[in-house]
Amino acid sequence: MTNAILTGLMLGGMYALIAMGLTLQYGVARIMNLSYGEFLIAAAFASHWLFTGWAISPFVGLALVVPLAFVLNFAIYKLLLTPLVRRAPNRDALEVDSILATFGLTFIIQGSMLALFGGAYYSYSFLAFPVQFLGETVAANRLAALGITILLGLALYAALTRTRAGTAVRAVAVDPFAAQLVAINVPQASALTFALGGALVAAAGVLVSTFLTFSASSGVVFTMKALIVVVMGGVGNMLGCLVAGLALGLSEALVASYVDPGLTLAVNFALFLAVLLVKPAGLFGRATR
Amino acid sequence: MAPVDAPWEDKMTTFLTRRTALLAAATCAATLGLTAIAEAQTSIKIGYAISRTGPNTGGAAVTTIPNYELWVKEVNAAGGIKLGDKRVPIEVVQYDDRSNAEEAVRALERLINQDKVDFILPPWGTGLNLAVGPTLNREGYPHLAATAVTDRAPELAKRWPNSFWLLGTSADAAKTLVELLNKLRDEKKIGDTVAMVSIADGFGIDLSSAARPALTNAKFKLAYDKSYPIGTQDLAPIVNEIKALNPDVFIAFSYPPDTLALTEQSRIAGLNPKVFYTGVGTAFPLYRQKFGKNTEGVMGIGGWSGDSPAIKDYLARHKAAAANGAEPDRWASAVTYASLQMLQQAIERVGKIDRAAVIKDLQTGTFDTVIGKVKLENNMPTRYWWVGQWQGGEFYGIAPAKNEGARTAIVPKPAWVAP
Amino acid sequence: MTARVAGFGAAALTALALLALVPRLGNAYYLALAISLLQYTVLATAWGMFSGPTRYVSLATTAFFGVGAYTVAVLGEILPWPLVLLIAAALGAIVAGIVGLSTLRLSGVYFVIFTFGLTELIRQLVVWFEVNKSRVLGRYVFVDITQADIYWQLLALTAAVFLLGWLIARSRLGFALRVIGEDETVAKHCGINTTFAKVALFTISATVMTLVGAIMAPRWTYIEPSIAFNSMISFQVLIMALLGGAHRLWGPVLGAVPLTLLFELLSARFPNTFTIILGCIFLLIVYMLPRGVAGLLEKLSTTAGGKTRQRATA
Repeated sequence: MTNAILTGLMLGGMYALIAMGLTLQYGVARIMNLSYGEFLIAAAFASHWLFTGWAISPFVGLALVVPLAFVLNFAIYKLLLTPLVRRAPNRDALEVDSILATFGLTFIIQGSMLALFGGAYYSYSFLAFPVQFLGETVAANRLAALGITILLGLALYAALTRTRAGTAVRAVAVDPFAAQLVAINVPQASALTFALGGALVAAAGVLVSTFLTFSASSGVVFTMKALIVVVMGGVGNMLGCLVAGLALGLSEALVASYVDPGLTLAVNFALFLAVLLVKPAGLFGRATR
Repeated sequence: MAPVDAPWEDKMTTFLTRRTALLAAATCAATLGLTAIAEAQTSIKIGYAISRTGPNTGGAAVTTIPNYELWVKEVNAAGGIKLGDKRVPIEVVQYDDRSNAEEAVRALERLINQDKVDFILPPWGTGLNLAVGPTLNREGYPHLAATAVTDRAPELAKRWPNSFWLLGTSADAAKTLVELLNKLRDEKKIGDTVAMVSIADGFGIDLSSAARPALTNAKFKLAYDKSYPIGTQDLAPIVNEIKALNPDVFIAFSYPPDTLALTEQSRIAGLNPKVFYTGVGTAFPLYRQKFGKNTEGVMGIGGWSGDSPAIKDYLARHKAAAANGAEPDRWASAVTYASLQMLQQAIERVGKIDRAAVIKDLQTGTFDTVIGKVKLENNMPTRYWWVGQWQGGEFYGIAPAKNEGARTAIVPKPAWVAP
Repeated sequence: MTARVAGFGAAALTALALLALVPRLGNAYYLALAISLLQYTVLATAWGMFSGPTRYVSLATTAFFGVGAYTVAVLGEILPWPLVLLIAAALGAIVAGIVGLSTLRLSGVYFVIFTFGLTELIRQLVVWFEVNKSRVLGRYVFVDITQADIYWQLLALTAAVFLLGWLIARSRLGFALRVIGEDETVAKHCGINTTFAKVALFTISATVMTLVGAIMAPRWTYIEPSIAFNSMISFQVLIMALLGGAHRLWGPVLGAVPLTLLFELLSARFPNTFTIILGCIFLLIVYMLPRGVAGLLEKLSTTAGGKTRQRATA
């Protein structure tokens, strides 16, 4: 039982980690980013390249990849997405435009990765040894990823609730128009949040690459997983993201251990659908309409 | 454009409603893609549609694309395919089928009707090969399926006499595996507890439903028998449960990402059965790259005669030709390359572009390939490699034992070591 | 007005008659391309029928398409063809009715992701059933249906969809839906049964999608969940309809046809850089055509009458 719960927690932590960046990008910057998973895979490739080509540990790789992703995502928001934000008359219109634009971006990033790395599977071994944790044997790389997820989550939570910039970001998430009235630079806050989301997904990509096999075309799997976690938790809500991720991970591990591994994903989706039926705006979301 | 279309186009312009205009646009766009019809004397036009994007990319990029490219490069470097007394180079037309059955079918129809290719190389994977089967049959093109494993292969070969199923049937694969296990048990090398997992996809289900009765008939005890869906990201619960059962034999009919994940998790959990067998991906070079010394004794589907000079030579050529020196997988890659050699030899024996005659030759002829002499019976080879094993850093075929070059299995598998 | 309708009807009938001749060209590739065009035209139009007026963005296209294809996979060799189609349509309608009743209280992105989750749930359940109960995954469909038959069936369905859409737009249901699209609260206050209107339209649109799946299935011989429930179909249809402009009945076809052709042209001309070029073109379209192709056409030929225009959104 401990083992199943521990496995579930690690898996759930990974889901939460994958989804954290998207909840920022979608909840605050109002960009429904369909190319999210591609950014994750790009970071995974970067980590693979650094590790196999230059023997740079993924932990060090984090320090290189994450700032780079931040700058890149900031540039993408400023150059590609700002025109869409400006011309959109309302939130609905921006949603449609951002779906279309980031869908195009998906193709560009995926095509570039295919050109650079080909379509084959990639995988490498890092911290791939067993460790004893709470009396159970678990993989060190997954445990390390869980630890870093918790650290990132706590840091982000503190930044959002304890700092002035964080308060501004939360204000934009609640109401971008009212935020403007209290002298918050909404475009700047949105751009920074989008970039922060991009940095988080890059961190997720680096960590995930230490224990999952990936290829240039596996991005969409992560986009959808992230969307499901974000929506289930309530858009723009960090705590919701964490709870939803853990709930999905735990249900998957428990079903695999005690019911039938063949039903894990079905139960995942059923859980997700059930939550939405009971709480149409997600676990911690506010009703919008 | 073919003259037959002309009157129709004239008619169209007179009724320029919106929808007919759209169809006209369709026709124009299609025409744009037309390339000049090559004369059979100056080149042989070979077309293929392969998954360059979508979920099939991983398989196609390892097994199919490098071999198609290697073969074309080698044939053209030698002056081309011999037609009568002169050699003509190969000209390639290729599309991306986006891992989608509908796209694959349409791409083939385009290759046949627009590009007028002389021969077609098949797509990657069981599903797509089955999807394009009727089209290739209708148009009379030889269909050398080297990456499809299906139990209906003998029936399909009858239904479509132009199709050749070179990778065999899953029933045969499961039977051979169980025979090997039976022999090992008779030699008192293993006990009779078996744990089996399979991926919930055509491949895994075919194999597990063939292995299940075979194992029970051979009086093996099936302690664990479950499937898991594609895209499962943590297989730890499965491995942990199996470890608690302490089986003698672990069988996983898995796909590449889960083959790697199951092996990794087994090592971490310390699941160390006497026989450790995993599915597609075990024979990939990536497997050795990731697990190094720990590959020793791991069994998997496929294999090749690693000691044969032809295979050694093929491996060297593949490494030299492929981008960043990639190696082929040790199963379907060699079969794919052999299928291309068979096609070439059949064309050269016929001496002209006569697809019906080439099909006939493929059905009856004997071929000299990297996997040895091949003579098809009922459009299928007579011998396959079904179980291979990593031994000293190379993946060798070990069963069926009667195959030339079969090595003896290392049992029990050495314990996992720290990487 | 009547004269205009009659004229338009005559033109449509002529177009239909001409299109029915495509299989007579004797070129299997044109036929294949025409099948593709019709498939996406019907799917995108059916998508727009529901999502255009209600502004619900659905990713469940694949779910219904897959249900149709799987019905054929299971029953195709046992029952006569028209009966199979009828059963497929009924199944699609039942699933859509249940889903519609339970989900339409969700709004915005919650509905989007719910419909995606639904598709995956149906797919996982089909897989689990096939694996554990019928013990076959991947079914063979050997039915006696030619490519031309598939084409004609799709053509008939296309005609039916446009006729249906036109009739709905002129009916009380169509009016109710337009009010809902403008403001659901107002609609409720006007005494419109919003739930009934939405579920009815969702069911009609889903039944059409199911039929497309059923009609297309014999084309591939082999059906497995990853072929029948290919989630790319949902995305492609969504993009096509949005690009064409889902606020008009004839909008989605203006996205479906050029995009299908573009995909075809690019994958043929640039098999290796296909995805990159496609992405760039996509971005260009988004920035140049903010209101879809239909919006552009409306702008070019601003007709009198001061019709209210809006963009279909979530």
